[in-house]
Amino acid sequence: MAEISLIHYLMVAAILFTLGAVGIFLNRKNVITILMCIELMLLAVNINMAAFSSFHGHITGQIFAMFILTVAAAEAAIGLAILVVYFRNRGSIAVEDINMMKG
Amino acid sequence: MISAIVFLPLLGAIGAGISVFLKRDDLGYVFSLTGVVLSMLLGWFAFIQMAIPGIEQTVFLANWINVGSFNVDWALRYDALTAVMVIVVTTVSAMVHIYSVGYMSHDPSKPRFMAYLGLFTFAMLMLVTADNLVQLFFGWEGVGVASYLLIGFWYQRPSAHEAAMKAFVVNRVGDFGFALGIFAVFHLTGSVQLDYIFQEVPSLVESHIVIFGQALPALEVAGILLFIGAMGKSAQLGLHTWLPDAMEGPTPVSALIHAATMVTAGVFLVCRLSPLLEFAPITRDLITIVGAMTAIFAATIGMTQFDIKRVIAYSTCSQLGYMFFAAGVSAYPAAMFHLTTHAFFKALLFLGAGSVIHAMSDEQDMRNMGGIWYKIPFTYVMMWIGSLALAGVPFFAGYYSKDMILEAAWGAHTPVGNFAWYLGIVAAFLTAFYSWRLLMMTFHGKTRASKEVFAHVHESPLVMTIPLFILAIGAVLSGWLFYDLFVGHHWHDFWGHAIFIQPDNTIMEDAHHVPKWVKLMPLYVSVSGIGLAIIIYTMMPSVADNVARIFRPVHQLFYRKWYFDEIYHAVFVRPAVEIGRFFWIRGDKATIDGFGPDGITAMVGRFSHFCGRLQSGYVFHYAFAMLIGVIVLLAWYLRSL
Repeated sequence: MAEISLIHYLMVAAILFTLGAVGIFLNRKNVITILMCIELMLLAVNINMAAFSSFHGHITGQIFAMFILTVAAAEAAIGLAILVVYFRNRGSIAVEDINMMKG
Repeated sequence: MISAIVFLPLLGAIGAGISVFLKRDDLGYVFSLTGVVLSMLLGWFAFIQMAIPGIEQTVFLANWINVGSFNVDWALRYDALTAVMVIVVTTVSAMVHIYSVGYMSHDPSKPRFMAYLGLFTFAMLMLVTADNLVQLFFGWEGVGVASYLLIGFWYQRPSAHEAAMKAFVVNRVGDFGFALGIFAVFHLTGSVQLDYIFQEVPSLVESHIVIFGQALPALEVAGILLFIGAMGKSAQLGLHTWLPDAMEGPTPVSALIHAATMVTAGVFLVCRLSPLLEFAPITRDLITIVGAMTAIFAATIGMTQFDIKRVIAYSTCSQLGYMFFAAGVSAYPAAMFHLTTHAFFKALLFLGAGSVIHAMSDEQDMRNMGGIWYKIPFTYVMMWIGSLALAGVPFFAGYYSKDMILEAAWGAHTPVGNFAWYLGIVAAFLTAFYSWRLLMMTFHGKTRASKEVFAHVHESPLVMTIPLFILAIGAVLSGWLFYDLFVGHHWHDFWGHAIFIQPDNTIMEDAHHVPKWVKLMPLYVSVSGIGLAIIIYTMMPSVADNVARIFRPVHQLFYRKWYFDEIYHAVFVRPAVEIGRFFWIRGDKATIDGFGPDGITAMVGRFSHFCGRLQSGYVFHYAFAMLIGVIVLLAWYLRSL
């Protein structure tokens, strides 16, 4: 059985990131899904951080991963708060209905 | 003094033009009348002081164009020919100015009218005093513009501005020939200065000019081109169609421009160019033929028209034909003589007709007149004098000048001269006939006017009748007064260098020695024409209608003016309109606008619509675009790795 190396971590992160990105584009239902997809992309980056940190034997990457988690939590809170306000105003959070910037 | 004669009317016109903006009618009158009356007095003074003793003078004003060997000056030339034209132009113009004060009294834009009249007078004087062909052309175009402005003076009427446009366009045809003629003369002699040209002409008799690969006699080409210019201005056969329509202008304008002065510019030009034409016999024959045909052609139309002004207009056309064939047989003094007398009596007839129209509340159709002679006796007498002079009844002006022309045509003893004489005699009969037809229909018989109009018939005010009276004096006396001076045995003393006739050509002598019956013939035909018209139109009014019915095709031919307008419309106007429409719809609108402004705006519209559609408003679309951008950027930076 092959050892789990850096490349495997990076591949997992890349798959997660792509899933997140594709989720943003293809999702037509719910804004919460978009928020979750952004979260997913941030986590993919975090995995990269942790993987490179252990690969180089440096602690910096893992500390940064912690910071990013914090920021991500804060961002999720703000995002959800905006969503709540938005729902109050418009009565819907379906992605299809959010097109006020249409030219 | 010569400069004062020429420029005073211009100053008057400028003054009147300024009064237009000041809204001061009285100032306009003061300026224009002072200018033109002073000019007239100076004109007569100069005539007596300088022209009769035979003093010739050229006043240099300024250099105008100086390019290489092409040198044109502003210079005023005063010789016998100019002197005669100056008194004709200034006198008739002054009379018309005064008359207009009364005639235009109900018009809202009087100063504008006076300004145009002054401008015209200035341009006409510039034309007759020109020392070179280019300056003459300047005056020539100046009178054309003034004529355009005055025909279209009542610009609210569509017919008036159409007539103005027609006059301008038809004159362009003639002017084109004139301009080419000037080019030809410059090409041949290397100068446009008249004296220099005339000096060079005898040495050019043998020279040729090559046109479309054919060598043609140079002087004939130049002469014919210049004559085409004269034909346009003087409304000769073919280019005459604008003159009757020009009657849309106010009547004083018809009297001044379209009877007495501007239309005679062509005759003046031909006489002025006598030293050139004397060496171009074919051109002279052409002038004779065109003149004679115009004389009879216009007279036949004049016989059938009902508009009082149109009858006189065709009469003018016909009399101009007389002048041309006189010039064509080298009797230039006779042409100038008739020009002078004609200016007086035709201006008188027009102003008289204006007085009738004024009295009849702007009615011009003779079918709606009649029986008014005792209500406007003064105008009636004036019209009689004018008609007697026109018909050539003894001792009136036309008798001397028209007989002189016919005698000269006979005295030429050439086939062309005889042709002109026969046509001239028939035209003289027709002239007398239509003149008295006009008189009888207008003044005699039972009135055909409506009751209100007839009750309102009144004699014109003094300001209109005095010019009539002065012109009537001219119409009675000018023939008798100028006969010896202009065309007597010593004509050469008066005309001096202004008119040149080949020394071996004794036309002016021969004209005085024609058989008795030739001398009397014009008188016979005139009197019989007068008698016939009086009999038909007073005693047997039904005869005219019956004759018209029996000779219906001929009458229609005359009445529709030989279908010239219809033919021109079909041959020139319609194709021109079609071509214009083609270029407008296919060329301008489809091609230029289509690809140019309209095409570009449409494309901008389509492009921005497309860009607008990109802004869908969906977040995921923007995110996708960002992603694509990131990928492209990455690919760009990573491509070298």
